[in-house]
Amino acid sequence: MRFVLRKAGFYVVALWAALTLNFLIPRLMPGNPVDIMLSKLATKGPVTPATRDAIEAMLGTDTDASLWSQYVGYLQALAHGDLGTSVAFFPAGVGQVIGQTLPWTVGLIGLSTVVSFVLGVGLGMFAGWRRGSFVDNLVPAATMLQSVPYFWLALLLLFLLGSVWPVFPLSHGYDVYTFAGPEPTWAFVSSVIYHGTLPALTIVISSVGGWMLGMRNMMVSTLAEDYLVTAEAKGLRPRRIRFAYAARNAVLPSLSGFAISLGFVVAGSIVTEAVFSYPGIGSALLMAVNSNDYALMQGVFLVITLSVLGANLLVDLLYGVIDPRTRARS
Amino acid sequence: MAITTQDPALAAEEAVEASSGRRRRSLPPMTLKLGVGLTVAGAIVLFGLVGPLVVGDPSAVSDIGLSPPGPGHPLGTTQTGQDVLAQLAYATRGSLTIGFVVGALTLALSAFFGVVGTFVGGWVDEAFSLFSNIMLVLPGLPLVIVISSYVPQKSVWLVAVVLAITSWAGSARVLRGYTLSLRNRDYVLAARVADERGWRILAVEILPNLVPILASQVVFAVIFAILGEAGLSFLGLGASGSFTWGTMLYYAQNGLALRLGAWWWFVPPGLLLALFGAALSLVNFSIDEIINPKLRAQTRSQRKRWRMTREQLHDADEVTA
Repeated sequence: MRFVLRKAGFYVVALWAALTLNFLIPRLMPGNPVDIMLSKLATKGPVTPATRDAIEAMLGTDTDASLWSQYVGYLQALAHGDLGTSVAFFPAGVGQVIGQTLPWTVGLIGLSTVVSFVLGVGLGMFAGWRRGSFVDNLVPAATMLQSVPYFWLALLLLFLLGSVWPVFPLSHGYDVYTFAGPEPTWAFVSSVIYHGTLPALTIVISSVGGWMLGMRNMMVSTLAEDYLVTAEAKGLRPRRIRFAYAARNAVLPSLSGFAISLGFVVAGSIVTEAVFSYPGIGSALLMAVNSNDYALMQGVFLVITLSVLGANLLVDLLYGVIDPRTRARS
Repeated sequence: MAITTQDPALAAEEAVEASSGRRRRSLPPMTLKLGVGLTVAGAIVLFGLVGPLVVGDPSAVSDIGLSPPGPGHPLGTTQTGQDVLAQLAYATRGSLTIGFVVGALTLALSAFFGVVGTFVGGWVDEAFSLFSNIMLVLPGLPLVIVISSYVPQKSVWLVAVVLAITSWAGSARVLRGYTLSLRNRDYVLAARVADERGWRILAVEILPNLVPILASQVVFAVIFAILGEAGLSFLGLGASGSFTWGTMLYYAQNGLALRLGAWWWFVPPGLLLALFGAALSLVNFSIDEIINPKLRAQTRSQRKRWRMTREQLHDADEVTA
């Protein structure tokens, strides 16, 4: 019980820190969002003091109020689920924009992360079991792929499979010329799959090496344990030793890494979505950055932080269940 | 209490090292991986140092836009006729600068929060650990994007500082784990009993044992920083008016180099980025194998070649007896 309470306490503090950071960054940074927006508006026409007041009210940067009362107001608005109004997608609210873009990101990046994990851990297990074999020699090559910058790999694949041999479409989440918006038809679903294959492929290629290396190294370390010698001495079948004795223990760190990378699905989507013009939450963040949409930026950052914190909490609780040693230590 | 089972390979290695002087122990054994990694990384660093002195002005425009590699322009030109080789030389210097600045800052921050905090112990350790755990769960790239979007005119230093602030926590946690185990070793306790001053125990007894792990963390931080800066620049959020591999790729992407098939524009910066990252990973592999000898790729055929001399067998018998 103490273990759970301690963990919960940490997450409350972390969440508070993230929220406060989210509140403070716009107010501590040299560029004032209101001034930036006004200077943008001023290029289109004269700006009246009323406009300034309206923008300040909209962004919640009411300079008359003290920093503390602004902070309280910010937390209150968050507690009511009020994230403000988006400028880039005016008049849509930030919550609405996030609701529309999040499923795309979770679908594409989430699925590719799962595929990459299963593939990487499986291959890593065999590489560690048969050290020096063909699969084991594949590990350095796959890790090399990891040091290739992701967006460059994605651009190259896009160039080769999109322009040189047009196998896959160049951009967007679905065929925007045929469909006006998401619709529950089979044609739409197949269009989504067709458009999502190449982005998913690039994610799997660039991330599978890390899982392989981690699992391979854990497998090698586990195979040197005494209880594996005992298992071999008992005359257990190699298959049983491999799965029930070695792999089951070796997969623990990878499993926690997997849960954490699920939390980073939202955060990691930014570059992918920029390359493929995918209609996910990363594109929304970029759009917000380019149009100085501070409310949307804060909203997206909040979603990202929440998902990372949630995934970490899940790992901690799950780890307490599957590996009792962690509970005993803390 | 602890039974020390002597690994024959280790014993043999130690015997060799003991005979050839004590200094050799502190240097990693030169393997193929380490050699290739150091050579490639060194060549790229040299290119970044010397290249900008040799090539012409990277920003000079000319009327031969998008010409493929040929005489005069060994790597072709960009859309506005800028020499790709000149840009590449300056970009290498820019990216490496960011990498090394972030590496140094990360080393300082993670060593302070990971090693010093853990060594002092008590509430300082608790507070430092909580702080680094919070920094760890805050997502890096989005935070960097949000911070950098508030500053319209960014210098290279600002980008480096922001990258360092968002990336030190992971290695601080790794260092904390190692320091925790070192802190309670017998020889550290002995030093405490001998009334050695705290900073001396830290600097003389603990830090030397952390050198391999610190080195591997720094190498990792440099890779992370260069890739992170490239990603940031590629999104158009990097340092303004600077040349890095990321900005080159950004301009190549915006200049439609991909659609126009101008491979000489976008392949070189990405290739150098990948080569440098791969070279540093190779160096890191070698360091990892020093920290954890189990990871050394020993196949059974290699293991059969291990031979111990009579003398070593005799020594080993004495140790186990």
